[in-house]
Amino acid sequence: MAAVAVNEIRKKFGDVVAINGISLEARDGEFMVLLGPSGCGKTTLLRIIAGLEKPTSGQILIDGQVVNDMPPRGRGIAMVFQSYGLYPHLTVWNNIAFPLRTQGTARAEIKRKVEWAAGLLGIDHLAQRRPRELSGGERQRVALARALVRDPTVFLLDEPLSNLDAKLRASARSELKQFQRTVRTATIYVTHDQVEAMGMGDRIAVLDHGTLRQVGSPTEIYEHPADEFVASFLGTPPMNLIEREGGSMGFRPENFLPKELLNGTAVVEFPFRVDRVEYLGSEHILYGALDGRAAKREVTAKLPAHATLNGISPGAWHAFAVRETELRYFDRDGRNTQRPVTRRYPP
Amino acid sequence: MTAIAVIAPRPKSRFLLDRPELVGPLFIAPAILYVFVLVALPFFLAIYYSISAFTIFDPSYRFVGLKNFIDVIDSDIFRRTLINTFVFTIGAQIIGLLLGKFAAMLLMQEFPGRGLARALVVLPWAVPVSLATLAWLWMFDSLYSVINWTLVAIGLMDPAHRWQWLGQQDLAMIAVTVVHAWRLFPFGVVIFIAGFTSVPKDVLDAATVDGAGFWRRNYQIILPIIAPIIMIAVIFGTVFTFTDLSVVYLLTKGGPINGTHVLGSLAFQVGILSGDVAHGAAICLFLFPFLLVAVIFLLRALRRREI
Repeated sequence: MAAVAVNEIRKKFGDVVAINGISLEARDGEFMVLLGPSGCGKTTLLRIIAGLEKPTSGQILIDGQVVNDMPPRGRGIAMVFQSYGLYPHLTVWNNIAFPLRTQGTARAEIKRKVEWAAGLLGIDHLAQRRPRELSGGERQRVALARALVRDPTVFLLDEPLSNLDAKLRASARSELKQFQRTVRTATIYVTHDQVEAMGMGDRIAVLDHGTLRQVGSPTEIYEHPADEFVASFLGTPPMNLIEREGGSMGFRPENFLPKELLNGTAVVEFPFRVDRVEYLGSEHILYGALDGRAAKREVTAKLPAHATLNGISPGAWHAFAVRETELRYFDRDGRNTQRPVTRRYPP
Repeated sequence: MTAIAVIAPRPKSRFLLDRPELVGPLFIAPAILYVFVLVALPFFLAIYYSISAFTIFDPSYRFVGLKNFIDVIDSDIFRRTLINTFVFTIGAQIIGLLLGKFAAMLLMQEFPGRGLARALVVLPWAVPVSLATLAWLWMFDSLYSVINWTLVAIGLMDPAHRWQWLGQQDLAMIAVTVVHAWRLFPFGVVIFIAGFTSVPKDVLDAATVDGAGFWRRNYQIILPIIAPIIMIAVIFGTVFTFTDLSVVYLLTKGGPINGTHVLGSLAFQVGILSGDVAHGAAICLFLFPFLLVAVIFLLRALRRREI
């Protein structure tokens, strides 16, 4: 069953269309990621689900109930904000207890729940501290604990890792995913970071300019992008797109290899002129151009660092190739022509 | 061929302005001079006058010890004045800041003409106090009072017994306090608007999602968060009011029968108008201990500003 479903949601701020008819659902216990560049409407969609913004049109269902006219507190949601939104004048304990107090929960029950949530997130020892005395990671846990005590139908997380430094972000990512597996509550997670999306999402919804481009598992999104936008938004470097009759053709840089490495399979060969090589420790990124093929961007190839760059030197032409199965085709409008594509969920 | 630009050696004096140990004292000197000449000097002069028998008729610096202070404390007018000063200060703070808070909450809302409304609210601050007080003088006039007229018109006042706003001690005290509160009001509005806008949006959204309604959001989240800012406003307003004499002097001249004097106006009347500089200085110095306490609180509040 769907924990949250939105139906044909539209939102205009004055003349600006922030969300242009999005339908989407997150199932019970599912970790759904809303991914897109900044300004694509993902945070607005999350705020509409939370009830902090009113949609111009469209329906929001939580737990099977239309909640359009319900205030945030009645919706059974809990939200973690980008800068956490902790109450600076309250201790950690009181921060976590606050949503329970507003519901008039009995004192003994508040104590039990706060201790349970603080224990689960390993912040019991911080109970008497104030938010300013906490590190970024600790603040994020307090925000999660405060969301957890409400027993929500759905967690709404708005880029909760963006205020952490890179190293902490990686560990927080796996902890958050672990946490979600433990509590098994449907989660909608907003991010612009594809690594977070790929690493955490059960499914990813890719948004651009207020429209839904594709919904699917990380593998689907990466391997079978629904259109050129999704193809070039995911992957570092993104998918190579080269022009062909009636549209374009794409292949991932890691599938674009020297021909001799692809022996014995059906391949398509491209003469590749390497302009420069970047060494990134675990891999080499080769930048260059194809012979006789116009590309939408500089063509890249990604070679594992242990692969020898025998004879590959900047300025020279080399025989590179892609397996036929790794080629993706797009029509003139940029849509994937190979497979029926879920452009909306439910279809 | 490459050309290398030859940098001509410059006279050393060109770099004098780059030396902080020379420029620093030069820049801070005017400020120190200002504080010394206009604050420290008059203060010590006041202490000196207060223990002498200096009057403008007999400008002798005869030392009299604490006699002036004892005289002042013995006077009924002074004791009344001291109470007035507190009533005036505390009353004006409460009225001015409370109304300021409500007005700030209204002005935070989006509505057509908000810019104009915000500008109008700040007006009492921009109008010269003498001009504004003249307008208030007419509003409290014994014959033409628009306040009385309104009260009569809505049937709250007996036309035969109109209040003499500036003619009765208690009413006159209310009048000066209200006028001063009116002057403080824009300050309160500005401070509260600044406070409200400083509350992070995430915190307010979190409170909304957490189920806090209007009252809980206002009194359990917003007010405690902006409390340090309000504290500074209260202390600042207190100091500003405690030392002020303009409203009292312009509206009632301390009357009727010396009933509305505050420390500043009494000191002015005794020390300058009546020429008894020594007693005037003694009255003035009673401001000092209260202001000292206020300033200590102010500095502590400033340090604690960060929650």
